[in-house]
Amino acid sequence: MPKTLAEKILSRVAARDAKAGDLVIAPVSRVMVHDSVIDAVIAGLRDLGKERVWNTTKVAVFVDHAAPAPTPVVADSHRVLREWVRAQGIATFYDAGEGVCHQIMVEEGYCEPGTVIVGSDSHSNSYGAVGAFGAGMGATDVAVALALGRTWLRVPESIKVTFTGRPRRGVTMKDAIMRVVREIGTDGARYACVEFHGAGSLPQGDRITLAGMTTEMGAKAGIVVATPEAPDWLYPDRGAAYANEVTVDLSTLEPQIAVPPRVDQVVDVSAAVGQPVDVVFLGSCTNGRLVDMRQAVAVLRGRRVSPEVRLEVVPSSRRQFEDAMADGTLLALSAAGAVIGSSGCGPCLGRTGGVLAGQEICLSTANRNYRGRMGSPDASIFIGSPYVAAVAALTSVIDDPRPYLEADDEEFDALVARRRLERAGRGAASVRSGDRSRELMVAAARIGVAAEIDD
Amino acid sequence: MSRAWVFGDDLDTDQIVPGRYAPFMVGQDKFHTYAFCDARPGFAKEVRPGDVLVGGENFGCGSSREYAVAALKKHGIGGIVAKNFARIFFRNCINLGIPVLESAEALAVVHDGDAVTLDLALGLLRAPAGEARLRPLAPFAQEILAAGGVVAYLREHGDFPPVV
Repeated sequence: MPKTLAEKILSRVAARDAKAGDLVIAPVSRVMVHDSVIDAVIAGLRDLGKERVWNTTKVAVFVDHAAPAPTPVVADSHRVLREWVRAQGIATFYDAGEGVCHQIMVEEGYCEPGTVIVGSDSHSNSYGAVGAFGAGMGATDVAVALALGRTWLRVPESIKVTFTGRPRRGVTMKDAIMRVVREIGTDGARYACVEFHGAGSLPQGDRITLAGMTTEMGAKAGIVVATPEAPDWLYPDRGAAYANEVTVDLSTLEPQIAVPPRVDQVVDVSAAVGQPVDVVFLGSCTNGRLVDMRQAVAVLRGRRVSPEVRLEVVPSSRRQFEDAMADGTLLALSAAGAVIGSSGCGPCLGRTGGVLAGQEICLSTANRNYRGRMGSPDASIFIGSPYVAAVAALTSVIDDPRPYLEADDEEFDALVARRRLERAGRGAASVRSGDRSRELMVAAARIGVAAEIDD
Repeated sequence: MSRAWVFGDDLDTDQIVPGRYAPFMVGQDKFHTYAFCDARPGFAKEVRPGDVLVGGENFGCGSSREYAVAALKKHGIGGIVAKNFARIFFRNCINLGIPVLESAEALAVVHDGDAVTLDLALGLLRAPAGEARLRPLAPFAQEILAAGGVVAYLREHGDFPPVV
């Protein structure tokens, strides 16, 4: 029987001929645990009567969800986590400020392609960016995996998503995956594995964006076919059976916007033009990498963000943070008025950083816009690409980023001025120091970023 | 006899226990008292051990947070019957020992507040207006549930049940 990628991986790790619907016991190549569930995981291990994890070299622990600790209660929980890591002798430990677990798991090479990885976070699907079967699970499942080095899985059916063509300038793979979510819906991939075709040669960051967001369709895993990291055997067979197939032509794709409070309530940007925005969040495992920050800088062109908007930038890992520091991207963002947060989840899940007030409207580059996700249940969250985020920061409204990327300087400033003017009387204007930013922009330009950045 | 609590489609974990009442926010001994506090005020006071939750599509969607299921367990929920379940919620229920059963017809037969009987052996949910057939669980999941959850099962047997 021809096999999907999920069937191939699970057959291999479980050492049996596994097809969709079968139950398998799968050895895991790694278990990922983060700060927000550590108490329950430690309790689970204790209840299991297991003092030690099955293999200290295959466990990765992160402090990222509420980091650095925003309250004494969270700080206590982090302390318990650090003591546990030390007592267990786990070397793969990333403390507050190192970044989002998923970004580090992929970029530091902890995700072995073709293996099963259990993570304590629902976005553990991200490991499919390099061909690993990453599945998010609850605390007890994670404790069991830590104790036994194995987990149980029902072999999922697969949904084949094929990308064709190349996106136009100003359109990204974030827009592409939002288009897919729009098509499939928040539960259209429930229990399934989303298999991405035509995306294997994309940069690793784009592949993380794709795989991670399969969670928003209810998927058990999301795996990119034919990545550079994948071994030869890791490909789906011709003739494999799929539960559903979706094709997205990137060449005609418009920038996409998810409208609160559903991730699958997605529209072309043209339907959201003029929507006022108070806060812009650029970050998360979905879009917090150097390339995302550079896209924002390319839009900003050295201008300050709108006085109506607060822009918060949170690089997804220390590596991304430092790369963005070294090439002047962070300087350019700071000079534009951004708050730069330490690497981690930031305000994405409303635990730390710039959480939202009631009635505030946010444009976020992250992955979820449920009610209350980023703070007040009375805030609203739109989701878009880094280009859209930068335009929203600049103009205080949602707009199509493409004209901004094409315009000459004069047209650009006219466009920004018009959009700012059209936003009638909302938000609290804040006064920012204007003079120093000019010096900083010059410094940024000197190290080679700013206006000339090409994404 | 137990009472049926009927919900609709896409019941998410934040409706079961809102994130602001997570155990680390309000304490391990209290979080379950906030079960359905927004979605169904009064639930935590009125629910009795053995009561059955009935829902539509994608029951338990949203986060991977296990405390939503733990809260239901603390209230002694006898089982959940829905058209289908979100995957992490489904696993969490099996792991913590709450029977989760798919039924295409339960919503049509059962009304909120009905006195119902959940017959796991026969795979039926009986209500005054009729019976809903339940899709049988895999023997693997049945064994874990019979032990009272995966931790109890593993403590007793040292390994997972055999897979067929």
